[in-house]
Amino acid sequence: MTDFNIMVGGEAGQGVQSVGAIIAKTLARGDCHIFADQDYESRVRGGHNFFRIRASTRETGAVSEELDLLVALNSETIDIHKKEVKSDGLIIHDGETTQARISKTKGLDVPLIKLARDAAGNRLMANTVSVGAIFGLLDYNFEIIESILTKEFTRQGQKIIDDNIKAARAGYDHARKNGRSKTLPEIRLTSRKRAKILLNGNEAISLGALAAGCKLIAGYPMTPASSIMEYIAGKEKEYDVAAVHVEDEIAAINMAVGAGYAGIRSMVATSGGGFSLMVEGLALAGMTETPVVIVLGQRPGPATGLPTRTEQGELWYALHAGHGEFPRAVLSPSNAKEAFYAIVKAFNLAEKYQTPVIVLTDHHLATSYATVDRFDLRRVKIERGDTVSPTKIGEARSYRRHAVTDSGISPRALPGLTKALVVTDSDEHDEAGHMIEDAATRIEQDLKRLRKLNGLRKEIGPPVIKEAPKADATLIGWGSTGGAIEEAAAIFQKDGKAVSTIHFNEIWPFPADEVKAVFEKSGKTVVIESNATAQLAGLIRRETGKKVDHTILKYDGRPFSPKYIISHLKGVL
Amino acid sequence: MVVPKDYESDVEIAWCPGCGNFGILQAVKKALVEMKLEPHRLLFVSGIGQGPKLPHYTRGNVFNGLHGRTIPAATGARLANHELTVIGIDGDGGAYGEGLNHLLAAMRRNINMTYLVHNNQVYGLTKGQASPTSDAGFITKTTPLGAILPVNPLALALASDVSFLARGFSGDVEHLASLIKAGVKHRGFALIDILQPCVSFNRQNTFKWYRDRVYRVEDEGYDPTDKAAATAKAQEWGDRIPTGIIYRQERPVYEEQIPALKKKPLVRQPINPSQFEALLDEFA
Repeated sequence: MTDFNIMVGGEAGQGVQSVGAIIAKTLARGDCHIFADQDYESRVRGGHNFFRIRASTRETGAVSEELDLLVALNSETIDIHKKEVKSDGLIIHDGETTQARISKTKGLDVPLIKLARDAAGNRLMANTVSVGAIFGLLDYNFEIIESILTKEFTRQGQKIIDDNIKAARAGYDHARKNGRSKTLPEIRLTSRKRAKILLNGNEAISLGALAAGCKLIAGYPMTPASSIMEYIAGKEKEYDVAAVHVEDEIAAINMAVGAGYAGIRSMVATSGGGFSLMVEGLALAGMTETPVVIVLGQRPGPATGLPTRTEQGELWYALHAGHGEFPRAVLSPSNAKEAFYAIVKAFNLAEKYQTPVIVLTDHHLATSYATVDRFDLRRVKIERGDTVSPTKIGEARSYRRHAVTDSGISPRALPGLTKALVVTDSDEHDEAGHMIEDAATRIEQDLKRLRKLNGLRKEIGPPVIKEAPKADATLIGWGSTGGAIEEAAAIFQKDGKAVSTIHFNEIWPFPADEVKAVFEKSGKTVVIESNATAQLAGLIRRETGKKVDHTILKYDGRPFSPKYIISHLKGVL
Repeated sequence: MVVPKDYESDVEIAWCPGCGNFGILQAVKKALVEMKLEPHRLLFVSGIGQGPKLPHYTRGNVFNGLHGRTIPAATGARLANHELTVIGIDGDGGAYGEGLNHLLAAMRRNINMTYLVHNNQVYGLTKGQASPTSDAGFITKTTPLGAILPVNPLALALASDVSFLARGFSGDVEHLASLIKAGVKHRGFALIDILQPCVSFNRQNTFKWYRDRVYRVEDEGYDPTDKAAATAKAQEWGDRIPTGIIYRQERPVYEEQIPALKKKPLVRQPINPSQFEALLDEFA
């Protein structure tokens, strides 16, 4: 696998994110795979931010810490990241801004501000000059840069588009004239077909939710989940969906549950703090058997924690949140593609089993960009579960919303669509939905609800298992660490070690049988996760009786890289 | 044809004998029958308390949810199907304590629903603690030193530019039923604060106490579209307590501002994944 890594760094407000996105999109038009992540602080101006783009000949789902190009929009970026630049790598900077002295072999001084002023009459377009410089060094087709800039700035009008193209051209020409060209080995623009799309986890979730027929999202902004509601709200004028920015997360979950009761697909998206406020509403959905989908985008806690960073500290919380006992499913996609299909499945499970479904993501998945094959919307299957047909309902007094069945699933009628009266209660209730106190009815309804777990268990797919014959070790993870773990395993394989992997992208009800089978021939088991208490390792122990041999845990708020995993595995293998 | 029997439930009523809730239940049923509203077109959403048990004692679709969360659940249901007539029911604890943030937001939003607040100035279900509307100094097991200053729901509602505001008295069923009808017919959020004695836990604000004080504003040539007059009325409490429609205005309804609701209710709209094909181009 050949790859090429670019980092753009600067302070908040310098446009690091937008430059990074333009670079990623431009590279994505080439015949390569992109993985890009961003690192930023909880502030609007100042601090240190960076955006990393990895272009690769093979599909990759992880960051690399070895840079081919570092674009430094300020001097701090050079100080912090120069050690990550490869021996033959290059730092692009504006000497006037950074005042850095870098040898010609290590650095390319591009007068970003001067070129922006000269070419476009606007010093703020220095960023676009840097984009041009990168692609000049790479000898990249300028037409592609033009087309990306045109698309990016369409809303700002033709003049802004033209000025940005002029700025990019100035950087492009300057780099070609003064720079030592960097070729992209094996990464070439071979076709213009747009079979791939580039998007982050939250965008995949938003698209998946719309495709699945989500008609209402209720939310209160919280990093890293906010962009889901923002995306869907942005489509309110064109598509049949309502986005309600509510007063708090308690309102969000109760609104989504109310909408689910009335028969539409509804969701909320939040992070740990907001989810904590939603927990009573989660139990309400469990008790009233109302479908609802919750996206829980984890970030480091406890409390406010590190708002703009990543962690997998809420696995046990997602499994157990809510007072009392009720069935739920928890899906834990590892990348943007899985996130799209996970949210579709979440809506189907929520309606089929009339219970809450949690899609557990984290900041890294939510905000990292990846190229994926264009989603095939014909593959989006909608399953809405058992409903009572209006003709069969007959006399309104006879409908029983919580009828006891073998599967535990009571066919749904929707209020107002038929003459059936749909009655439900957060108090324990009888089949008709009215409050009760007697023990027999309580037991009957409690067991009925919990029986739905039997069906749910069959719906949850096995973990993704890649078995190496006679494995020396098995690396085990869940959620957003999938790409890094898989790449680390591949590198070990190349070194002659037999390494298997098990990755959980659907985690509850826990697929225990499949895991037990792999453990029989696993070699040393190593659980790798972004938390300090080894929550997956604990879950495996609880559900299978198997104790893993080692854990590699990371809880500094930064994502795993393959390199990090390898360096920590060396002591184990 | 809607007849009183349509609103008769066979669920056993768990209220104390003589409870003010009986008058409210009677007024609700009377209003619904008189409006010729069929039960299946109606959705009651309620929270927790003695009053919020009311939907079980009549008929309709019922979502009896969490304490204080009636309004967001009702809002969600209304957005899913705005053909439903939605009536929310809470006590003074759920409406003015636990759920106050939602009430303020609902009034700003102007979601089209009617919100009945059974206000007996005490907690009945949990047996006699102070409520947000208990009189200052009211002594209970949780407030042995006396309750803090009460919430003034009318003044709060006016400050939030509520579109319909009324106060009723459970001892005047006829009048209360007329207020409920006006609230349901009003386009937008209607808050009806209902004074109701608690015969078990409030020995201070009794039937007689209320009856000696309440009067109907309409008997005095009151104009409910005059906000300044309403603001003054909202401060009246003590020897004389105003009931009737305190304020009403026309304001854009929240549902009407959502493009997706213009064609037909969301619940009647089909799911069609392929319609989003164009969105994928944004990422190509």
